[in-house]
Amino acid sequence: MSIDTDKRDAERTAAVRPTEDKIARQGRLPRWSTPGALAAAAVVVGGLLAATGAFSVGLFVFLTVVLFAVGLYALSRVVEGARKATDRVVTIVVTSAFLLALIPLISVIWTVLSNGIARFDVEFFNSSMRGIVGEGGGAYHAIAGTLVITALAAAMSIPIGLLTAVYLVEYGAGSRLARAITFFVDVMTGIPSIVAGLFAYALFALFAGPGVRLGFAGAVALSVLMIPVVVRATEEMLKIVPNELREAAFALGVPKWRTILKVVIPTSVAGIASGITLAIARVIGETAPLLIAVGITTGLNFNPFDGRQATLPVFAYYSYAAPGVPRDPYIDRAWTAALVLIVIVMVLNLAARLIARLFAPKTR
Amino acid sequence: MSTDTSPGPAPATAPAPPSSKPVVQPGDRIFAGFATGAGILILVVLAGVAAFLVTEAAPAFVAPAEEIPGGGGIVAYIWPLVFGTLLAAVLALLIATPLAVCVALFITHFAPRRISQPLGYVVDLLAAVPSIVYGLWGVAVLAPASVGLMTWLQDYLGWIPLFAGPVSATGRTMLVVGVTLAVMILPIITAVSREVFLQTPKLHEEAALALGATRWEMIKMAVLPFGRSGIISGAMLGLGRALGETMAVAIILSVSGAVTVNLISSGNPSTIAANIALQFPESTGIEVNTLIASGLVLFLITLAVNSVARFVINRRREFSGAN
Amino acid sequence: MKTVRHASRARIAAMGLATSGALLLAGCGAANESAAPAASGSGGEQAASASGTISGAGASSQQAAMEAWIAGFTAVSPDATINYDPSGSGAGRDQFTGGGVAFAGSDAALDEEELPLAQQRCGGPDGVIELPVYISPIAIIYKLDGVPTLNLAPATVAGIFNRQITTWDDPAIAADNPGVALPATPITPVNRSDESGTTENFTEYLVAAAGPAWPYEPDGAWPVQGGEAAQGTSGVVGAVSGGQGTIGYADASQAKGLGVANVKVGDDYVAPTAEAAAAVVAASPRVEGRGANNFAIELARDTTAAGSYPIVLVSYDIACASYPDQATADLVKGFLGYVISEDGQQAAAGAAGSAPITAQQRSLYAPAVEAISAAG
Repeated sequence: MSIDTDKRDAERTAAVRPTEDKIARQGRLPRWSTPGALAAAAVVVGGLLAATGAFSVGLFVFLTVVLFAVGLYALSRVVEGARKATDRVVTIVVTSAFLLALIPLISVIWTVLSNGIARFDVEFFNSSMRGIVGEGGGAYHAIAGTLVITALAAAMSIPIGLLTAVYLVEYGAGSRLARAITFFVDVMTGIPSIVAGLFAYALFALFAGPGVRLGFAGAVALSVLMIPVVVRATEEMLKIVPNELREAAFALGVPKWRTILKVVIPTSVAGIASGITLAIARVIGETAPLLIAVGITTGLNFNPFDGRQATLPVFAYYSYAAPGVPRDPYIDRAWTAALVLIVIVMVLNLAARLIARLFAPKTR
Repeated sequence: MSTDTSPGPAPATAPAPPSSKPVVQPGDRIFAGFATGAGILILVVLAGVAAFLVTEAAPAFVAPAEEIPGGGGIVAYIWPLVFGTLLAAVLALLIATPLAVCVALFITHFAPRRISQPLGYVVDLLAAVPSIVYGLWGVAVLAPASVGLMTWLQDYLGWIPLFAGPVSATGRTMLVVGVTLAVMILPIITAVSREVFLQTPKLHEEAALALGATRWEMIKMAVLPFGRSGIISGAMLGLGRALGETMAVAIILSVSGAVTVNLISSGNPSTIAANIALQFPESTGIEVNTLIASGLVLFLITLAVNSVARFVINRRREFSGAN
Repeated sequence: MKTVRHASRARIAAMGLATSGALLLAGCGAANESAAPAASGSGGEQAASASGTISGAGASSQQAAMEAWIAGFTAVSPDATINYDPSGSGAGRDQFTGGGVAFAGSDAALDEEELPLAQQRCGGPDGVIELPVYISPIAIIYKLDGVPTLNLAPATVAGIFNRQITTWDDPAIAADNPGVALPATPITPVNRSDESGTTENFTEYLVAAAGPAWPYEPDGAWPVQGGEAAQGTSGVVGAVSGGQGTIGYADASQAKGLGVANVKVGDDYVAPTAEAAAAVVAASPRVEGRGANNFAIELARDTTAAGSYPIVLVSYDIACASYPDQATADLVKGFLGYVISEDGQQAAAGAAGSAPITAQQRSLYAPAVEAISAAG
């Protein structure tokens, strides 16, 4: 199916090219003008900075980009006209904004990777922390706990969130209940994660007495955080499914619920899957609520209805915040736990994409 | 994806007369019932959370001022936190939103197809980096790295109250928190905006190009108006996360309770969520009630922010693809 | 029909994913765990001695020591599981008095309001056991290149942390360090941003020893506004080592790589060693009137005895003298017995850098621990 989208896109770009050519009436800068202007700007700025002796990488890059944008705009305005020139500047701005945004993101990944790789070994994945002091040990128990609790939270949140979004867009649109739900879902996004943890803890303490620590309580806390994200993302995606599709299905006599399941949701499934992945990603790294509702243990526990479970964020947090002596093995384990968390999310992301592809309708 | 209640083959429905009204079946009623039930369940859960918050916060509102931590009463305790929360979140949003829109545009309309898909994937992945990682990164990498920039800001822009200094020696300032939160919410806003930009009707885009618009004019006329509600929605998701962010702020920020817009000194107001995380473990009795009361205030802030956003989106409804 | 085919393919793929995930999870136990079930019943109802599960909660300062104790104890009793939530002293005491956990760790003894509640839970005025088992010297850490050793009088410490002494070449610091070339670097004091037992103990010391130079009350929350603040011991250590001219207070065991100041006691400057910390605790009087099994102490912060270091964090383990069921009583008894044993204290010293309790204290606590039993 990817071929289809690729093809469609190729056709789109093919359609764009000649149009661009047509509007370049007053002439056109040669292809090498962009890299040429960039190189010229770099040389000028580099020379100036070297001459004044105030050379720093940040300043160099910043001034180069500014000079490049201004220079290319002037050049293009003379040769190609104002509209083309604006277009070129926007391209530069967008591209450099993208590159700028990439710097911290790459830095984050690099920091986690370089610090976490030290303990990314077999022992980390097949050992728990039971009976381990100082070096060695692993996070098998925390990985298992994170997967179990997040899966439970997702199993509760995704159906509820998806159905609510369907209600909001397909059934209740404009009704008083729908408006109330929309409003309160917004409110729900504002629940601080730690408050969700306190709520889940208080809820379970009602039934099981004070001091209760359950994986399930953590899953409930995560659901409170996850449901609004699922609803918001799904609602947004369902809304932009063209009404023509629905009307066509209705006209063919397809009942509404089958229209929703077979037409509306498949059409928007890529966006929904992306939204759900975002939602899972949002909660899988939550520390504060799990700290309160699930606690921590050193041993392996697969059962979310029986006692404490370790989770990766809490494990990482305690390893960082309360290390023993010597410090280093604890800090190393914290970084590796963070790395494993990212890898888990990456795998989930891939799975979501796979599912989205398998479900998505053929466009042609 | 457990919504597929009937996996069987499509029922052989009698040929219905062409109509824009859907056919109503028993299955339809059940499905509609489930959907409505899910919506009501959310209201019930939220009512539970609200009831919990209000009952737990109530003692702090009626307690005499001297029993509240700090001795100045509930308002004096919460006000600096509200200020700090808004300052950090607004800073993050101001930095992240334009960047995120640019990144989403780059991925959807500027980058070559071959690299745009992997890029989208990378952005999704970054939305998933747990907040504690951003916290550790902020304190270990960003804070020390930004001391130089902050010194420069103080030297040349010190006349602006935002950069009055004196510069923190460790770099653990409100500015760094704002940037860290921006980095944290950037992928969220980008992911939502990107999905919406991709949904822009191709016909609109091609029509604009066919009329001789440049790429930027096409974006301005077709993509941005269509995606505006999505951008705002994404920004609100990001703002929600920035307002409620706990661990990253708690780890990075050097807090001292002062109300100041000075972004680069070591004396900063704390944020509500970070303050709860920092003080909760050692709190008992009325202190806990006070912290939960501050949580209630955060709740109300988000409520207000979201109401405004909803209002803006609804005014722009005419651009929605679902007519 | 195309969609139907796709859907079923997707379903198969999803099932495959789910199955492989389940296999991965259920595949094997952790390599370092024995065949004994890791979590066998939360109540610990098993009749066999020293098996089952108990949970404690409380001070995060004890976390590293607690890990060592749990590891040491479960090495002897492999069927036992002991959990410790380092959720904070206040939370630990709350959960203990509420009956949520079998024992608590706390950086402060139970206060006047909590003690009756705890006595009620444990059944009687002598029912509450409070043992100061974790003694950790708090070091004054600093980073100042070219100054490897630093001596500070209590009033100077107070002046620095109260932001009255603002540069390293201040006459007050120079007076404590004759012959040391002090730079004119500004001082950046770093304090804890979270409420903590470490801050409470440090401010208690300043109040007791520094006199008028420290105008604040002892408090778990740092009283001086506008300074550099960081979360937790890790945060303070990180902030101090990340700057220049910085000074802070943190567990001595975490001070590796940083300068550690010697504090003036009597006429000498004393380093934060385990022996010096244990000495001040041994010399501190017990608080009377809290029950026969309660060993809460009033720390002698203003001590002038040679060789004692008064800035110490003393953390208690709080338990009941009797529990409703035999298994819990046996577990608590066994565990606390290990905690106060020489082995246990040495294990904590190795893992957390704490100061082992003296033999005399051990003989004092042992009868109380031995007496833990099931009620009725």
